[in-house]
Amino acid sequence: MRAPDGPLIVPGDVILSVENVSLGFGGVKALTDVSFDIRKGEIRAIIGPNGAGKTSMLNCINGFYHPSEGRITFKGRPRPRMRPSEAARGGIARTFQNVALFKGMTTLDNIMTGRSLRMRRGFGWQALRFGPAMAEEVEHRRVVEEIIDFLEIEAVRKMPVGKLPYGVQKRVELGRALAMEPDVLLLDEPMAGMNLEEKEDMCRFILDVNAQFGTTVALIEHDMGVVMELSDRVVVLEYGRKIADGPPSEVKRDPRVIDAYLGVAH
Amino acid sequence: MIGSLAGVIFAGEDRAALQDAIDHPEIRIVSLTVTENGYCLNRATKRLDPDHPLVRRDLARPGRPAMMVRTRPRPLPPMDILYKIAVDPFAQMGAAPDLLVQTVWEGLVAGVLYSLIALGFVLIFKASGVFNFAQGIMVVFAGLTLVGLAEKGVPAFVALALTVAVMFALAVAIERLVLRPLVNQPDIILLMATFGLTYFLIGLGEMVFGGSPKQMITDGLLLPRGAIDLPVFGGLVSVQKIDVAAAVIASLAVAVLAVFFQKTRIGRALRAVADSHKAALSVGISLNGIWVIVWFTAGIVALVTGIMWGARSEVSFSLQVIALKALPVLILGGLTSVPGAIVGGLVIGIGEKLGEFYWGPLVGGGIESWLAYVIALAVLMIRPQGLFGDRIIERV
Repeated sequence: MRAPDGPLIVPGDVILSVENVSLGFGGVKALTDVSFDIRKGEIRAIIGPNGAGKTSMLNCINGFYHPSEGRITFKGRPRPRMRPSEAARGGIARTFQNVALFKGMTTLDNIMTGRSLRMRRGFGWQALRFGPAMAEEVEHRRVVEEIIDFLEIEAVRKMPVGKLPYGVQKRVELGRALAMEPDVLLLDEPMAGMNLEEKEDMCRFILDVNAQFGTTVALIEHDMGVVMELSDRVVVLEYGRKIADGPPSEVKRDPRVIDAYLGVAH
Repeated sequence: MIGSLAGVIFAGEDRAALQDAIDHPEIRIVSLTVTENGYCLNRATKRLDPDHPLVRRDLARPGRPAMMVRTRPRPLPPMDILYKIAVDPFAQMGAAPDLLVQTVWEGLVAGVLYSLIALGFVLIFKASGVFNFAQGIMVVFAGLTLVGLAEKGVPAFVALALTVAVMFALAVAIERLVLRPLVNQPDIILLMATFGLTYFLIGLGEMVFGGSPKQMITDGLLLPRGAIDLPVFGGLVSVQKIDVAAAVIASLAVAVLAVFFQKTRIGRALRAVADSHKAALSVGISLNGIWVIVWFTAGIVALVTGIMWGARSEVSFSLQVIALKALPVLILGGLTSVPGAIVGGLVIGIGEKLGEFYWGPLVGGGIESWLAYVIALAVLMIRPQGLFGDRIIERV
């Protein structure tokens, strides 16, 4: 695994904390004064009704957006105005709500792009496919093949991903994120648009990744059953504000959460 | 009936019958033979005799010569037009296959260069979504830099290396000063920025190297000169050696680009950026680095094009209009397809030359300048995304 960046963080310590973050687009406030933390090794869920600011939160964490107020601390260091490539280098990988794959490329090549930060040989060597670059390519291919095995997508290794069913595309996208060997994996609705069987598979993969590699997972999900089953702690957003934070069993009983989801008027 | 003499009319006696004969619808060719008596020479000086009665009479009434006959323009009957468009050109092709080969070859050579220019457009458009209007002037600028350095006494291959360095510096400068500040701006703004870049490069080129056309350093770069005549179908096809070199070098350049795109980490990153900016960012690919690489690659393609085109004619600012030739190629091949740029360039090049040679005379020639657009327009009506372009389906 990667060398620790900053102080050594053991499982259970806070790896990423969000402090009083606000985010505005012109007059619209997407997030208002949100604070929570993610501990190393846990599965952390972010839930909330549509438009609650969940995806905006993920976009702040991996550097697509920069909070207008507040700060995000990752591995003990504040990261103001972090760029997405810096977040990736620091060990934050993510998937997207509407699958963002490289459609023209094969499954194998898509997952290989996840290794791009780790490939360092000059491209002169690479173009020749010779010498150290060859050895490096082979080593990365081995890792990628392991991921393909793990996600059970051997059958579509050489297929352009644009032609794959949606559920399989979501798996390939997870594979690409895993190829980065991330410390924190951000999943934006990993089960959206899947049938029951595909959802069960995806749940199993997320739990396995977490258990086998100790990867910290932060996920957005709408299916409450899935959230309750998977996550260690849940943060609930509504209209860009945090309304609850805690273990699933507690959050589930919180009257504000019930109201937010069922729309009960006081 | 074939005969050497089918009838005789004496013009001195029967002018009307002669005029009728010339006006007859079946007459296609009138050939005139002037015999010694018609020369009107002064026997002593052997020069035109200005005092000859016929000459004096014609000089007295200019525009109405003594022996005037007229040919009247006649509209072609409909069947004839069809014949001239649909049958005759092909008959000509069959009758002189060596000429056909020559025409196709010249189209191919022009097409290779069109392909190279279109390739420069496609590279940049795919990776950064910018329609780079400045690609044409980049060709001129690269060629001028090379020749200009050579004129200052720099050895040819050193000048070539320095030009490559200049194109790299240009790519870095464009990324820093143009693309980065304009990131996430609408496409039209970036297009306008490339217009600005065009005029900046024209100004810079003229300031540093002057505006006069220059000779490409063909010999210095060890490029061949002269022509070889190949016997084909009983005739001779003349092939310029520089054109052969251009075709070979262009093919090599495309092959190298293909390997670079398909087989290297950077190539994979380039394709990734072309497909999805946000996904590329999420795996840690830096867009800024990719843009520099892409503009540098397009600069090298421009340099190759500049050398080849410059060797065929000369290096001058008028070369930049060849960028306009890339537009129909891009429409034909699709803006996002590398194979499309190559096939499109060849189709346009060959189509243009065949059209000019075999159909051009029907409308008085000069169709080369607009035929490409007609071909592209026809394709556009049937396949709006071009031959190889991405079909864009938007949800409503």
